[in-house]
Amino acid sequence: MGKKPSINLKSRERLVSWAFLAPSFIGVMVFFIIPFIVVILYSFVDSPITKDFVFLDNYAALLQNKSFQTAAKNTLTFSVIAVPLSVLLALGLAVLLEQKIPLKSQFRTFFLSPIMVPIASIVLIWQVLFHQNGTVNLFFSNFGADGVDWLKSDYSQIVIVILFLWRNLGYHMILFMAGLSHIPNELIEVARIEGASSWAIFYKVKIRYLSPTILFVTILSIINSFKVFREVYLLTGDYPYGPLYLLQHFMNNMFRSLDYQKLSAAAVLMAIVITALIAILFIAENRYGKDVEG
Amino acid sequence: MRGKKRRVIRIVLTVFSVVFAVGFLLPTVLTVTNSFMSQTEISASYGAVFGGDSESYISDTVHLKLIPDLVSLSQYITVLFRSPEYLLKFWNSVILVVPIVVFQAGVAAFAAYSFSRYRGRFREILLFAYIILMLMPYQVTLVPNYLMSNWLNILDTNWSIWLPGIVSPFSVFLLTKFMRRVPVSYVEAAKLEGANEWQIFSRIYLPMCKGILYSVAILVFLDYWNMVEQPIILLSDMEKYPLSVYLSKINSEEVGVAFAVAVIYMIPPLLLFLHGEKQLIEGIGQSEGIKG
Repeated sequence: MGKKPSINLKSRERLVSWAFLAPSFIGVMVFFIIPFIVVILYSFVDSPITKDFVFLDNYAALLQNKSFQTAAKNTLTFSVIAVPLSVLLALGLAVLLEQKIPLKSQFRTFFLSPIMVPIASIVLIWQVLFHQNGTVNLFFSNFGADGVDWLKSDYSQIVIVILFLWRNLGYHMILFMAGLSHIPNELIEVARIEGASSWAIFYKVKIRYLSPTILFVTILSIINSFKVFREVYLLTGDYPYGPLYLLQHFMNNMFRSLDYQKLSAAAVLMAIVITALIAILFIAENRYGKDVEG
Repeated sequence: MRGKKRRVIRIVLTVFSVVFAVGFLLPTVLTVTNSFMSQTEISASYGAVFGGDSESYISDTVHLKLIPDLVSLSQYITVLFRSPEYLLKFWNSVILVVPIVVFQAGVAAFAAYSFSRYRGRFREILLFAYIILMLMPYQVTLVPNYLMSNWLNILDTNWSIWLPGIVSPFSVFLLTKFMRRVPVSYVEAAKLEGANEWQIFSRIYLPMCKGILYSVAILVFLDYWNMVEQPIILLSDMEKYPLSVYLSKINSEEVGVAFAVAVIYMIPPLLLFLHGEKQLIEGIGQSEGIKG
């Protein structure tokens, strides 16, 4: 008899805790998980109406599609250039702000400030800078260089990389600064007393301790590099010059023609690739940073 | 000798920081200063890039100007009083973004509380699914979003952007990480006093999470204030587009106005940033370490 109320209390508590989770859980199920399962099913049938099972045909068609190939190649190229640059430069900025320089917190604010500027607000200036008759060409013409219309040239990705770095470095820098501040001070002191140079301390001690942060920033950069479509779209519209045709452009076209087979195959394929990529990064970090954690 | 070398390094580093800071600030500053140019000056300076009224005095190169020759409010007057379409699009942005920020933070706070108070096998798997989902780009998530919106018949309405935005798992992850650090002893003490779950949530967890909630809200706001993918896929009626998309569609004759609109669009995130910078930096710092 005496035990019964407490069981009731426990199960009541459980119920309440589920109630707390319910809005988020139901929403995620309804808008992400359940329709994504349907997307997986769609990727294996010839059309959502007839539903004939075609196994991997949709995937084969997708991989052979020229637009998809271009879009995948361009997106990959962009990520391969932009992600390492943003990780290295952000780490550089974080280390810079660790040094004894005046006005540190002001510099931190300045470096972070681009995240609050809407992309749409900044594209005008970017156009002035990188147009055929723009400022950058004007500058280079002093050295006798012929101008190029940057956004309509093979260098167009460079313009986007610069915009990407401008927007994201500050955020990533803050992450590294937080990571650096978590390194135990005694450890660095000991290394210093034992005569290690600042450089040795940096890459033997700090980098190892930072490896979880490096992993996180890398993942974040990869995710953000997939979001760079925003910048490209606002600068160049629906039909950009070749090197700027990204996966999202491809998806937009598929949405427009309601090509469910390609849409679903592409979504599933990308989900698999990204999950695999993140898993690989996690495993690599686990190997490398094992001895400094816990 | 050593001291001198150190001083030189310090000066070099400072110069380096100044150069970087100028690079980071300049695009924003230029946008602001250019918004105070008159239409004539805009045409004269940027005619070479944006075309515009093609005759006469347009030179064939641009003159990027830091300070306008003549400070003029004419562009702002045009935006505010003569062309209501920009303000309407601005209002569209507000209508789309504010409910997402408020309700995503609310839904996420509830979920994070549940994730941090109870840890069963199922919850750990679910949280892992949330993290994977959080990392998926729009190219992946918009397809399921679109399907569900289609079935619910809410395509081309604001609901198709609100609902997936509100339940998006980004803030759940950040808040859970933070709430899991609330000491168990606080909860036990509250229980001894006879507090129920709602009281533990609203009187202990929420006040402790004020800072992180604020910074999550700012991050969500900044992300959705920039939204492009969702409106161009889920909305077909251009009238409903937020300013983030519409701004890029302003044609070249109206570049002067575009600068003013661009600045107006910056104001809400700027105010949030200036007001919440401290919490934002702490919040970003908290998110560091996806595993912890």
